[in-house]
Amino acid sequence: MPITHKTPVSKTAVNLVDGKVLTVENLTFSYPDGYVALHEIDLALSAGEKVALVGPNGAGKSTLMLHLNGILNGAGELRVGGLPLNKKNIALIRAAVGLVFQNPDDQLFSPTVFEDVAFGPLHMGLPEDEVRTRVEEALAQVGMSGFGERLSHHLSMGQKKRISIATVLSMRPQLLVLDEPSAGLDPRARRSLINLLRDLPITMLVSTHDMALVRELFPRMVIMDEGRVVADGETTILLNDEVLLEKHGLEKP
Amino acid sequence: MHDSVFDRYRVGESRVHRMSPSVKVLVTVLLILSNALLPDGAWLALGLSWLLILTLNLLARLGWAFTLRRSFIALPFALAAVTAIFSLPGKTLTTWDIGPWHLVATDVGLLRFISIVIRSWLSVQVAILLVATTQFPDLLHALEHLRLPRSLVTVIAFLYRYMFVLTDEVMRLLRARQSRSASLPGQRGGGTLSWRARTAGSMIGQLFLRSYERSDRIYHAMLSRGYQGHMRTLNRHEMLSSDWFILAFTALTIFILQTLAHIIG
Repeated sequence: MPITHKTPVSKTAVNLVDGKVLTVENLTFSYPDGYVALHEIDLALSAGEKVALVGPNGAGKSTLMLHLNGILNGAGELRVGGLPLNKKNIALIRAAVGLVFQNPDDQLFSPTVFEDVAFGPLHMGLPEDEVRTRVEEALAQVGMSGFGERLSHHLSMGQKKRISIATVLSMRPQLLVLDEPSAGLDPRARRSLINLLRDLPITMLVSTHDMALVRELFPRMVIMDEGRVVADGETTILLNDEVLLEKHGLEKP
Repeated sequence: MHDSVFDRYRVGESRVHRMSPSVKVLVTVLLILSNALLPDGAWLALGLSWLLILTLNLLARLGWAFTLRRSFIALPFALAAVTAIFSLPGKTLTTWDIGPWHLVATDVGLLRFISIVIRSWLSVQVAILLVATTQFPDLLHALEHLRLPRSLVTVIAFLYRYMFVLTDEVMRLLRARQSRSASLPGQRGGGTLSWRARTAGSMIGQLFLRSYERSDRIYHAMLSRGYQGHMRTLNRHEMLSSDWFILAFTALTIFILQTLAHIIG
């Protein structure tokens, strides 16, 4: 009997072109008051890369992250996989780019953990069974299985951070964007977060001030200052360039 | 710290806890409506209503006086009805002259006042029973299933979620002020009243700004996860035959109560 293959259903929202998950070209953005927050940013991420985004406060890291799924719209080119960011693609791109905000109290806005993790899949229009499977999977991935019915405001900071990550993992994104994930964590919670990020098999862009974290987890590092990308390269090399680090207000761990 | 202040839910496995939340909300509203419709001085019906609440307390395994103990917090609000004593025509009980006012207390007015206090006190107990036996998220879903406008339910959900965050924010502001409210020996600390009022004013302003900025960030977090203007949910509430039974039983009880009250008085 011949084997029949079902038409493969695309598991992901966006197809990759040349293995690139994200391409940013010549992105410039100024706030309504005229302050230029991003100045001709170029950045490309390949599938599977884990990249750190560092720089002093006000360098434009968070502003850049808000562009990656179209919350803010600057002038320039931004593609996720092969898809250019525009009104038509924005829903697909939001499913492909999982953005986790710094403060989990902003990220977790539903009364229960389950509802928060289900929010993304539900709004992607998935059927109920699929939503439940994805919620369970995402909670298991961050080691929080069985927390579904808990109330968000009863969780500890470390737990909230993990749930925050689960809320975007449930959308099965191709790029995970985290804003200062280790801020405000005690050493134990920080350690378990590092292990979690190391084990997640997914492309990542992580903004942080935690240089020890950068050295430990991210082979590639991008330095931003005053709205520009001032360095982009191997972490081991950049972390030894003390002149560069000091010039942009950073410290060798 | 703040859990005990706002979370009124009591963990339990009783019949009342397991009832469908939608039915509980309906029964609560019906009972409150019934209380409000009882005529002045219908002591028998009011007493039976209270008996019903006590029974529900026992069914929920909260101890018979649970709602009674918690209900006193709402009593001062019922005092707003105190004007009824002096504003209804009837037999004069006593008169007071306070400054330019000449107050005449009448028997009809007093009866009305006492009835209002008892009615509101009973209604508060029913509401306390509802929140003590229903998890807040379930309550939200019940409202949704009872066709309350979506946006209203969403607003209540956000209120519930961020009440805790905001109280923490207020606590931090207050602590920061306290830590710097110092004084020197022999020096009267605290500043003038208008200065203190200004400080309080800017604290409220701060709180507003922080909340406003937070709402922006929350909206961004919602957009990032595909929010397109309306909430979606998986929750479904099936009505069991026991739920229908309870609903019918409540309706019947209320009918009997009202008939009793309006015929016998």
